[in-house]
Amino acid sequence: MTLALIVRRSLRQHALSTTITALSIALAGGLLMSVWVVKEQSQRTFTQVNTGFDAVLGARGSKLQLVLNAIFHLEASPGNLPASDYEYVRRHPAVKLAIPIAVGDNLRGYRIVGTIPEFFTGVEYAPGRRFALSKGRLFDPSAKEAVIGSFAARRLGLSVGDTFHPFHGLVYDERNQHAETYVVTGILAPSNTPADKVVWIPIHGLQTMSDHDPRAATDVSAVLIQLRSPSAGFMLDIMYNKQGNRLTFAYPIGAIMAELFQKIGWFDRVLSLVAYLVAAVSAAGVLVAIYNSMASRRRDIAILRALGAGRLFIFSAIVLEATAIGAIGMVAAFAAYAGIVSTVAVVIQAQTGVLLETFAYSPVMLWAPLGMTALCGACGLLPAWKAYRTDVAENLSPIS
Amino acid sequence: MKEPPALLQVSGLRKSFASPDGGRKLIIDVAGFSLAMGEHLALRGESGSGKTTFLNLISGILAPDSGSILLDGADMAALGEHRRDMLRGSKVGYIFQTFNLLQGYTCLENVMLGMTFGTRPDRTQALALLGRVGLSQRLDHYPRQLSSGQQQRVAVARALAKRPRLVLADEPTGNLDRRNAGEALALIRETCLETGAALLLVSHDPGVLGAFRSVRDFAELNLVLREAGS
Repeated sequence: MTLALIVRRSLRQHALSTTITALSIALAGGLLMSVWVVKEQSQRTFTQVNTGFDAVLGARGSKLQLVLNAIFHLEASPGNLPASDYEYVRRHPAVKLAIPIAVGDNLRGYRIVGTIPEFFTGVEYAPGRRFALSKGRLFDPSAKEAVIGSFAARRLGLSVGDTFHPFHGLVYDERNQHAETYVVTGILAPSNTPADKVVWIPIHGLQTMSDHDPRAATDVSAVLIQLRSPSAGFMLDIMYNKQGNRLTFAYPIGAIMAELFQKIGWFDRVLSLVAYLVAAVSAAGVLVAIYNSMASRRRDIAILRALGAGRLFIFSAIVLEATAIGAIGMVAAFAAYAGIVSTVAVVIQAQTGVLLETFAYSPVMLWAPLGMTALCGACGLLPAWKAYRTDVAENLSPIS
Repeated sequence: MKEPPALLQVSGLRKSFASPDGGRKLIIDVAGFSLAMGEHLALRGESGSGKTTFLNLISGILAPDSGSILLDGADMAALGEHRRDMLRGSKVGYIFQTFNLLQGYTCLENVMLGMTFGTRPDRTQALALLGRVGLSQRLDHYPRQLSSGQQQRVAVARALAKRPRLVLADEPTGNLDRRNAGEALALIRETCLETGAALLLVSHDPGVLGAFRSVRDFAELNLVLREAGS
């Protein structure tokens, strides 16, 4: 009780340094938790997001590029494949469903992807979840109609009944406007998948867009595939990747994304190291703040000692104060964490359409506060030792 | 008439400090000194004569080089620091010239802290004592919100709150004007009488010393000073 009172009063007496130190711990703790959660969540989410497909078939090239292009709508397409290849794989007995997509146009920076209505009606993008329309209806595959992903619709300010002209290429350039006019017939309900940031039109429309090469009017950019069994994937992998040399069969999607995270694992480690260093520096701030205030504390320590407080009591009070600063900082760290991850989540969603579950429980939310608080307590050991050694008689001046 | 038993018995007490020349300088050399239970005694001594060091030795804040300090049956000089802290916390009330109140704590908290170490905090007792020294209306005031005289009254209440057997007062009126000094001194003596605590007060102020029936010269007690004077 007395120890708590003394710590509370000391925190209040040094309110400014307490606040600044706790804030720096809050920021460091928030950063540490954010880095950890974003790393963990993005790895988990991006290796699990497959929008309901097992594999992607595309032109010969990098599997990762193919997956990023066809599933996440990032990167450029490695090339087209003829309609015959699509037809072949669609009829293959190992394939349950094959959905072609065609890319190459954009609407003010948001990708326009051509596909068939079965993409929306025949696929569960996550277990038990199918794409749904929040407004309007699906496009007519033979008409110049479009369905807009929820995020893209919001950003582009489009609603049902609006019209637009597509722009050629994946990068927006107002000089590259196509002549065709598309009308928005539906807005997708948010799915928190890359589909949210895409402008969907019938594949035929994209293939035959004015200024596109008429010789490629039946080509597709990739085929999204659902397999009948995992073994079918390995069979097609051998067929396309080992025995063939024209096409690339990216399977399994999760493993390919995991490879990406393995490749950029060094970046994760650097980011974590920076976060740990920031945490260590901010914890050291506790040491500095308390140590620097020892001169003004000596008299109070001497008075407490004169009243009968033992050295160990004083030592404990300082360590507890350092621990309390750490604990206060780490409580505030959750606010910093919320701010940081919310911002990061918005950026990631804008770039990929994937929404991270930033407020889902992660073990870091337990060990980071406990670890930081303990570290701050440990940083109190040096000033506590100095307090422990305070000469009582010398600091109870004047001497007569 | 039978003399009251001794509360404090000091014998062969010596204390030296390191001197700048690398040697040690003897400051305290008291062959014998005693204080009876409930006795009020004033020690007269000039500034720098070692009075505070003597009180610090008795209270166990400092450890002597040699000798014994029997306080209520326990030899303060033979105890380790932790036991000395506990003995001081339970048996000794200390009143300082500069009050030494904790600035971040209210009057009531200062008094409560005075009884925290070595005894059980007793809020009723703290409130009663603050009432006794006329500060019932200032319980939640901080030292900086009080006059010097009021601060010393809080210090008196704090020293007596744990019902100590011995109250040490080191120039308790040194920082007060004449009127407040008189009031503070009367308060210290009265409250010690009420609680039965022995009082050992050191001062060089004739006005303070004049209020005591028993006054001793610290220069006669401390052989270091006696030899320096001879």
